[in-house]
Amino acid sequence: MRHKTPNLQATSPPNKPLGWFLRMFITLYDVYRFTIRFFKEGFLPPYEGKELIKQCYNIGLKTLPLISVTGFITGIVFTKQSRPSLAEFGAQSWLPSLVGIALLRTLAPLLTALISAGKVGSSIGAELGSMRVTEQIDAMEVSATNPFKFLVTTRVLATTITLPILTFYTAFIGLLGALLNVTVSENTSYKIFFESALEQITFLDITASTIKAVLFGFTISMVGCYQGYNSLKGTEGVGKAANSAVVIGMFLVFIEEVITVQFFALFRT
Amino acid sequence: MEQKSATPQNTPTVIEINDLRIAFGDFEVLKGASLNLYKGENLVVLGKSGTGKSVLIKIISGLLKADSGLVKVLGNTVDDISYKELLKLRLRIGFSFQNSALYDSMTIRENLEFPLVRNRRELKKQQINVAVEEVLDAVGLSQTINQMPAELSGGQRKRIGIARTLILKPEIMLYDEPTAGLDPITCFEINNLINQVQQQYKTSSIIITHDLTCAKEVGNRVAMLLDGKFDRQGTFDAIFSQPDAQIKPFYDYNFIQ
Repeated sequence: MRHKTPNLQATSPPNKPLGWFLRMFITLYDVYRFTIRFFKEGFLPPYEGKELIKQCYNIGLKTLPLISVTGFITGIVFTKQSRPSLAEFGAQSWLPSLVGIALLRTLAPLLTALISAGKVGSSIGAELGSMRVTEQIDAMEVSATNPFKFLVTTRVLATTITLPILTFYTAFIGLLGALLNVTVSENTSYKIFFESALEQITFLDITASTIKAVLFGFTISMVGCYQGYNSLKGTEGVGKAANSAVVIGMFLVFIEEVITVQFFALFRT
Repeated sequence: MEQKSATPQNTPTVIEINDLRIAFGDFEVLKGASLNLYKGENLVVLGKSGTGKSVLIKIISGLLKADSGLVKVLGNTVDDISYKELLKLRLRIGFSFQNSALYDSMTIRENLEFPLVRNRRELKKQQINVAVEEVLDAVGLSQTINQMPAELSGGQRKRIGIARTLILKPEIMLYDEPTAGLDPITCFEINNLINQVQQQYKTSSIIITHDLTCAKEVGNRVAMLLDGKFDRQGTFDAIFSQPDAQIKPFYDYNFIQ
């Protein structure tokens, strides 16, 4: 494959009424090529195992405190807010099931993805953007190393691997928050709570959440990498890359959420 | 300050550039530039800022694609080879960036190991350590091995940048503004280092600069990039001894006078 640093200045479309649309299609084509390149190069040797582990640590472990707090609070708040509605029908005993299903099916994957888009996506965008601006990516190129493999592949794989783990961790922490609320309000034992919460969860729920988390992780990191790797215009470009990584990442996560929910609904009877 | 000896005649060519053109939007930077780099020489490319000096060496290393023209490096036409072949060719070319381009998140040791670990996978840890110590010694910065790039001065960063390229023992060195933004003493040290690299590693180099002291101290030959072309090439004295309206201001405003 012939690779050249894209001469974006030279290929930028003229500033005409159709320029915006043209630019959008060029960007879409660039994103398509970027993604194809990941699949072409990501799984071929040489492998950057050490860097992959380092990125898993950075992305996974460093997001943990934020996700723990957010997941715990979400569990408490969701349980508290759901109680009055269920109490109206005398269905308070369904509270653990409701929380369990809500957390595992939607809240945990979405919450983890949004926090990761903010923390991981922006950090990837800014890091790669500043590496582009300070010619560190070019320095890798000229030292006969494939920077795409070292920088992009490792980050995308690390996020795609760690996000499902973080998602189930968030669901668990959310359930702990819900347990705290339920224990304080209804004096329910943890055994009954967990039995009830997990009772309604099916294999399809777990599969759907895992697939969603993988998809979200891939999207967030890919957007962050694309924005950072193709960052332009000095420090302003770095800021833009970080910002776009978050905004576009979150936007795509919501779109994917809608699509996957519709898709998995086909399998639920 | 002594001027270096001129490149001997009948020396083989390592880089051949012919009728090179590149434009950014409507702005044409190189307008048919032609230049040769001969084996073992230090060729200084002089020119004002924004005249396309850095663009030239980025084209040579395959970082940028020219609109037209021929660039032949060590017998390979850069535009015609595959990415894999380009990576192989880059092993033989060292590129020292204007801002050093050290990897911020890595220590100096990791910076130096980076190209070696990825391109000489057969090397053992001990051999890599020896290579790292050798190049650090060559640039006189052995004590910085465990420091982060942010802890170094501008001159030290330049030296480490050069060391990182030397670790692959390149045949060609491309220096992008090696003395830009440095004090005169550090400039002197960097100039000495460029000459030392030429002798110790037997490299052929292109040095991009607008510093005439650097040009005189390190260049066997000088090429002036004027209006997108290399109209004037020769030894430093040969170029600057002639009364030339385009070159005179360049000389007059430099502290060398």
